[in-house]
Amino acid sequence: MKRVFVNEEWCLGCRLCEYWCANANLGGKTASDMVRNLKGRKINARIRVEDGANDGKINFAVQCRHCYDPMCVKSCISGALSISDGVINVDTEKCVGCFTCVLTCPYGCVMPSDDGHVVQKCELCLSNAVGSPACVEHCPNHAIVYEERGVL
Amino acid sequence: MENGKIYLSPEYEVVRSDEKCIRCRVCERQCADDVHYYDADADRMCALDENCVNCHRCVSVCPTHALKIKVSENRFRENDNWSDTKVREVYLQANSGGVMLGAMGTPLKYPTYWDKILINASQVTNPSIDPLREPMETRTFLGKKNQKTVRDADGRLVTKFTSPQIELDAPIMFSAMSYGSISYNAHASLARAATELGICYNTGEGGLHEDFYPYGANTIVQVASGRFGVHADYLMAGAGIEIKMGQGAKPGIGGHLPGRKVGPDVSRTRMIPEGSDAISPAPHHDIYSIEDLRQLVYSLKEATAYRKPVIVKISAVHNVAAIASGIARSGADIIAIDGFKGGTGAAPSRIRDNVGIPIELALGAVDSRLREEGIRDEVSVVVGGSIHSSTDVVKAIALGADAVYIGTAALLALGCHLCRSCHKNNCNWGIATQNPTLVKRLNPDYGARRLVNLVSAWKHEIMEVMGGMGINSIEALRGNRLMLRGVDLNEKELEILGIKYAGESI
Repeated sequence: MKRVFVNEEWCLGCRLCEYWCANANLGGKTASDMVRNLKGRKINARIRVEDGANDGKINFAVQCRHCYDPMCVKSCISGALSISDGVINVDTEKCVGCFTCVLTCPYGCVMPSDDGHVVQKCELCLSNAVGSPACVEHCPNHAIVYEERGVL
Repeated sequence: MENGKIYLSPEYEVVRSDEKCIRCRVCERQCADDVHYYDADADRMCALDENCVNCHRCVSVCPTHALKIKVSENRFRENDNWSDTKVREVYLQANSGGVMLGAMGTPLKYPTYWDKILINASQVTNPSIDPLREPMETRTFLGKKNQKTVRDADGRLVTKFTSPQIELDAPIMFSAMSYGSISYNAHASLARAATELGICYNTGEGGLHEDFYPYGANTIVQVASGRFGVHADYLMAGAGIEIKMGQGAKPGIGGHLPGRKVGPDVSRTRMIPEGSDAISPAPHHDIYSIEDLRQLVYSLKEATAYRKPVIVKISAVHNVAAIASGIARSGADIIAIDGFKGGTGAAPSRIRDNVGIPIELALGAVDSRLREEGIRDEVSVVVGGSIHSSTDVVKAIALGADAVYIGTAALLALGCHLCRSCHKNNCNWGIATQNPTLVKRLNPDYGARRLVNLVSAWKHEIMEVMGGMGINSIEALRGNRLMLRGVDLNEKELEILGIKYAGESI
């Protein structure tokens, strides 16, 4: 299964991925969608850029690893988190907002959604209007890639 | 000496559409010139126009296309004699007391002769060739060609070259750009692309980084007046050795890599102390004549067991034909001529904008002179200095070149936006900088891919154009000036180019 990977050597920390992620998950696809969706709004992206040590010379965008044996799914008390074809999805209808998954995810990649009642996470943009990871498409330095790397 | 306040308005104006700006601050993070900043109290993005170099990094990365860089309308009062630029330069020099520095090729409006030369095509009386269906040879060998036809005992032609050659799959090479003037990732991109394309890139005068020795077969190693990074292994590493006598952007003067660009890696590669200015003298202090040049040519040949062809690179100046004739007799295998529009990482802009001659005329003069003297086959001729497209390549070859050097076009492929600020070490595209946070903006995987795309595209176009003329090899196009016609040229220009006017028959 293809996953999103970030090569920190080329990540510039520009945070375009965060904005395109937020846009995609609000149903947007284009630049003008982004204006409509994100203007005057604090974004809550599913990919987050970490600015590391070394004078900020290392940056790293991180989002759901889609683990083979995911802690979040195991810890989910309501069955909202499930794996289908390797992709970990969240069913917001079932989610009760206990945030156990938020606590257990070792990567910090499950987070409360804007309304604070359910969780959100990267679903690889497979079910939104973009159809494939928006962060990958818009990374200006090809630091974020979507590729098959076998079992992790 | 700095002297008082400088009353100059910013050259560019950052225009931001507040309607589109979502305050993502990507522009701020990506501008190395500190133009953009966020005013949290007012919740708006602001710009320091005076810092802007119009490199378009912010424009390119802005996800909502909210940015536009405008040339400021604040100009001095209209004056055809004292243009805004000229007044501005006087102000700057009155303020600094220094020479005007610039980068890349001259931006001034000089004639581009390539655009005044038209190419022939076959009609009715001779067949054109479809390169998709018929063989078409773009391979080129650079070096001294055999002077005599020799047959072996069985009467078969001996086709082996007697002098070392550089083999190129297309008649295009990447010009000399030193590690120091451009970044590690830019060099990595050039080296990988040259290898994949079967052509050569050129180290420039800054030596060869240890990581790039594996690309040696596709590398021209340069020896310039500063002799930076020159040692026995370096000379042996490349496909050929280039002695840099001159550079089109700055004929007659040397080079100066500021100490701030000399970090640990550059220092090691150039074999100079970290942080020290790398100064290339204007002349080679051991070359004051063709005889002296010959000594260096043969020293290099001796040092490499006569296995490497030696290129002598000069800038196109008034006496270029006579100089080329001398070089051809110095034992050099290849002459590289750099036209006055050629690029640079830094040069005094007066020199860049006023010294030298157009490459087209220089090439016409050199090829004619070498032919007249019967020594054309003693050397290959490579030209550079604003080759913009595949048809410029075709025209150069038909005028008499064996191959071309492309520098600016290669940098454009890597993302350069020609803002001409290379000398500031602050390249927002990660090309002309040694700042690690900027260098990583150029991902060589994609840099190399784009270079390969560019040269492959040009190669396709060259084959198409050659096919149209009914020519199926670079060899048959070389010096074939009957395939060219001039427009908008005077008698003298036509004479020097050695071509006829459009409409004239053979």
